[in-house]
Amino acid sequence: MSSKGNTGPVVGQRTFGGYLLSLLAWLVGLLFFFPVFYMALSGFKTEADANADPSLIFDPTMEQFNKVTADKPGLLDAAEAFANSAWIVAISTILCMALAIPAAYALSIKPIGKWKDVLFFFISTKFLPIVAAILPLWLIADYLDLRNTRLLLIILYTAMNLPLAVWMLRSFFAEVPKELIEAAQIDGASLRSQITSVIMPIVAPGIAATALLCVIFAWNEFYLAIQLNTSGASTVPIWVNSAVEFQGQFLAQLSAAATLATLPVVIAGWLAQKRMIRGLAMGAIK
Amino acid sequence: MASTSTLSRDEQVKALQKKEARRRRIPLLPALLFTIVVTQTPFAFSLYFGFLKWRGNTPAPREWIGFKNYTDAFQNMFFREAAWVSILMTVSAVLLSVILGTLIALLLDRKFFGQGFVRTLIITPFLVMPVVAGLVWKNQMFSATFGVINWVINIFGFESREWVSEFPLWTIVVVLVWQWTPFMMLIMLAGLQGQSSSVLEAAKVDGASASATFFQITLPHLRPYLELGVLLGSIYLIQVYDHIFTITGGGPGSTNIPFFVNQRSFGAAFAYGSASAYSILVVIAAILIANFGLRVLSGLLEGEEA
Repeated sequence: MSSKGNTGPVVGQRTFGGYLLSLLAWLVGLLFFFPVFYMALSGFKTEADANADPSLIFDPTMEQFNKVTADKPGLLDAAEAFANSAWIVAISTILCMALAIPAAYALSIKPIGKWKDVLFFFISTKFLPIVAAILPLWLIADYLDLRNTRLLLIILYTAMNLPLAVWMLRSFFAEVPKELIEAAQIDGASLRSQITSVIMPIVAPGIAATALLCVIFAWNEFYLAIQLNTSGASTVPIWVNSAVEFQGQFLAQLSAAATLATLPVVIAGWLAQKRMIRGLAMGAIK
Repeated sequence: MASTSTLSRDEQVKALQKKEARRRRIPLLPALLFTIVVTQTPFAFSLYFGFLKWRGNTPAPREWIGFKNYTDAFQNMFFREAAWVSILMTVSAVLLSVILGTLIALLLDRKFFGQGFVRTLIITPFLVMPVVAGLVWKNQMFSATFGVINWVINIFGFESREWVSEFPLWTIVVVLVWQWTPFMMLIMLAGLQGQSSSVLEAAKVDGASASATFFQITLPHLRPYLELGVLLGSIYLIQVYDHIFTITGGGPGSTNIPFFVNQRSFGAAFAYGSASAYSILVVIAAILIANFGLRVLSGLLEGEEA
């Protein structure tokens, strides 16, 4: 009971009820994970095994993974979709952080007047349905020759993630003790050294968590991509969807493609989950 | 030196403050300008298009028709139906995922064997690409022929069902809840871990029962986190498109507002003018909802005024 972080001891650990709750937690965990596990598993099946009653025992094969990653002249192939996604996600996330970090600074460390109104404006743009903007976006992109380019999705994903990034980062910056900055100022530290040696070390984990969330949302985005980028600079979600559209119901193949598409973000999320817990709420509430 | 300035001391201070205020605003400007240009320009266009008779698939010239698109919109039965689906889908998915997420967070906020591993398992659905989530659930879980759900209920003696065609809306809600419960759980977990252990120990020493401790200490402490979860969940879930696209394709009873509006413009209809009018209506509704949501947020930010 005395260990840190274990603050909700409703039932003791070593009682019968305690074991029951632990068992329940495990069951819930396995239940939530099962669809992902089954998807990955089916990727190693033959089509005959996949299109049969569910079974966990079969002869695993790499056949489907080889098929979905093979070159497909004239169609969107895996290498192309992954390259497009990687570039778009990386650059839009960097751009988003480059815009959001100074903005968050201006809204917290040295808050401007009416910082709350500005913050609300950012958040309010997230309430605007993207679908209500799609027709003008399509026409503008077409006019500027941006359709089916990486640049278009980079711009749009940056705008899509910017409000959330500003909001989260502002809360992390707000956690920097004012006394620390004042002390640095009295010691005659320049603005640059205040930022690099006082503020950055404190907010770095928050920046990482925020960037990760931007990566997740950008990597998984489908709507804008399928409306604007179907015949060039198409991303991974479009590639997965095309695995169904062009090849009919090939379950094993679909599973293999879906597994590959999901893997990068799932692994990143697993590695950064503790940071995310802190980042998502602890900062956002403050 | 004093003679160089004709300004009074007060005016000098004011001018300096103004300069300082302007300097402070500089780091904000790039993000603000970028957001205004990218997110607001399209709506200005929609506002204009909404007054036009304009079909994308005919060469007929655009024509100013005033509010006709709007009066038509209000008479469209499918639009009202889509609005109802949107409300039902968002409210049920947000509520279910918040409740489930809170319960699971409580379950995980105790030391047990494999705690971190179980948390990792539960987080995973939130990381899965929505398109993949839709496709996998439709083809492997809900499928009438070789679906896992039918296989399981057959064991218990129940008949197989055509889940997606029998319950189009609710199959989508199940997948949404599966993806968003982990997110809510993360927020609640952070809330639980931010609880002061000394208060909890004091309650224990005072002999408070577990349920009294939960309802009188833990739940009030979690309130801002619950509000945050509802707010963020609503923002994202009201925009759901990918799951509908992959699971039902907008089949009967599962077309929400985003799906409906998209079909008016890029689906078979190509009714650009009318679609823009719908867009503006949706934006107005969104502003009303946002107004309410931001009031919640304002409560969250309280006490930070100074």
